[in-house]
Amino acid sequence: MFHRYAALSSPRHFYAVAGAWLPWLSVLTVLGFAAGLYWGLVVAPPDYQQGEAYRIIYVHVPSAWLSLMAYTVMAGAGLVALVWHVKLAEIAVYECAVLGAWFTALALATGMLWGKPMWGTWWQWGDARLLSELILLFLYIGVLGLHNAFADSRKGARVASVLALAGIVNIPIIHYSVEWWNTLHQGATVTRFDKPAAHSSMLWPLLFMGGMFILYFSTVLLARIRVRVLEQEADRQWAEAVRNG
Amino acid sequence: MMGRIFAAVFRREVRLAWRRRGQLLQPLMFYALVMLLFPLGAGADLALLGQAAPSLLWVAALLAVLLAQGPLFSADLEEGGIELWVTSGVSLGWLALAKLIAHAMIVSLPLILVSPVLAGWLGVHGEALWVLAASMALGMPVLCWVGALGAALTLGLPRGGVLLALIVLPLYIPVLMFGAGAVHAAMEGRPAGGALVLLAGLLCLGASLAPLATAAALRISQE
Repeated sequence: MFHRYAALSSPRHFYAVAGAWLPWLSVLTVLGFAAGLYWGLVVAPPDYQQGEAYRIIYVHVPSAWLSLMAYTVMAGAGLVALVWHVKLAEIAVYECAVLGAWFTALALATGMLWGKPMWGTWWQWGDARLLSELILLFLYIGVLGLHNAFADSRKGARVASVLALAGIVNIPIIHYSVEWWNTLHQGATVTRFDKPAAHSSMLWPLLFMGGMFILYFSTVLLARIRVRVLEQEADRQWAEAVRNG
Repeated sequence: MMGRIFAAVFRREVRLAWRRRGQLLQPLMFYALVMLLFPLGAGADLALLGQAAPSLLWVAALLAVLLAQGPLFSADLEEGGIELWVTSGVSLGWLALAKLIAHAMIVSLPLILVSPVLAGWLGVHGEALWVLAASMALGMPVLCWVGALGAALTLGLPRGGVLLALIVLPLYIPVLMFGAGAVHAAMEGRPAGGALVLLAGLLCLGASLAPLATAAALRISQE
């Protein structure tokens, strides 16, 4: 069993196996997204308080989930890269950071779009989650910047892994510090609607969309790692064979 | 044996810092100058300044600490000291711990001592001054250690300065919030103990994890 996984961590095998999976995963992702969006945007009932505008949660909330999940996956890959010097994990650190940064940006953008009609403002300093998400974006940018600063991408990946691990220790601290800071300073000025307990007719499509986002993340991550593997192994025989035909 | 190595590294750091004491003053001067700039920019409105004082003091001190990080390992790198550390067979985390503790003392002590003076300048008085000093004594070492990790990560990079700030500043946020929060609370007559205890918690966490992470970064820099 273990040997099968060990073989998968060789770039050459990974390239072949991921190549076989990708078409299936891609089709599944597209179909799943279409179904999830239809469910969330058409089938699910409108909110009694926010009307149709709440439907942005079917993109916003999964993006926020994925922004954190991508960081966790990145830190996990970083640990593997540091301990076992696995090439694939080193590549995964960088590609997770790229995807995670985009999910974070998406969560922020949709959060602001939602905030405008609901809170009456694009940006609410009092909202702890919005603020942690912004800090998370900066953490991602730090990892990407550090990685890119090194000419040797393998060394850059290991240095970025250390930063990713330092970041994963800090994320809960940052989250709670922002939350407590918030309760210290904010009185009753926050005009936030009470979060309505989500009805199952709204919750199920949301969870389904979450699953589809994870599927999308995995698919794109595999595709990106696959391309990068081919790039880094360009002078190997198997890579040349792939290129020639 | 381990104790002697620790003491040797510690003594070396302190001695080097003492012989370059002019450099030691630079973050301090920076701190004082920034605190001079705020009143000039704000137009001497003492009420406004007093209200913003905790955040201003903390942000300025934080930037001063950040400035002191750049040259932390660069001299050691040039002279081959880091290489000797890595090849010495002594636990790199242990060596890093000695260096980090010495570094935290050398950088933070002057800033902590001068803070109440600068705070008085901005109209902070009474118990809040003690809380400020206490919050800085607990928080500054954490800032130094996180900064040292950043310095080790960007070691050997040309123009690593801005990158250092980019990767370190987001990690500084909790310390800033608890530190400034404690002083704010004391100024408004609320209990500041909670924020100080949280800072002490961060100090423990930093002391236990920062040397290991810094050691890992130093080892990678020598690969």
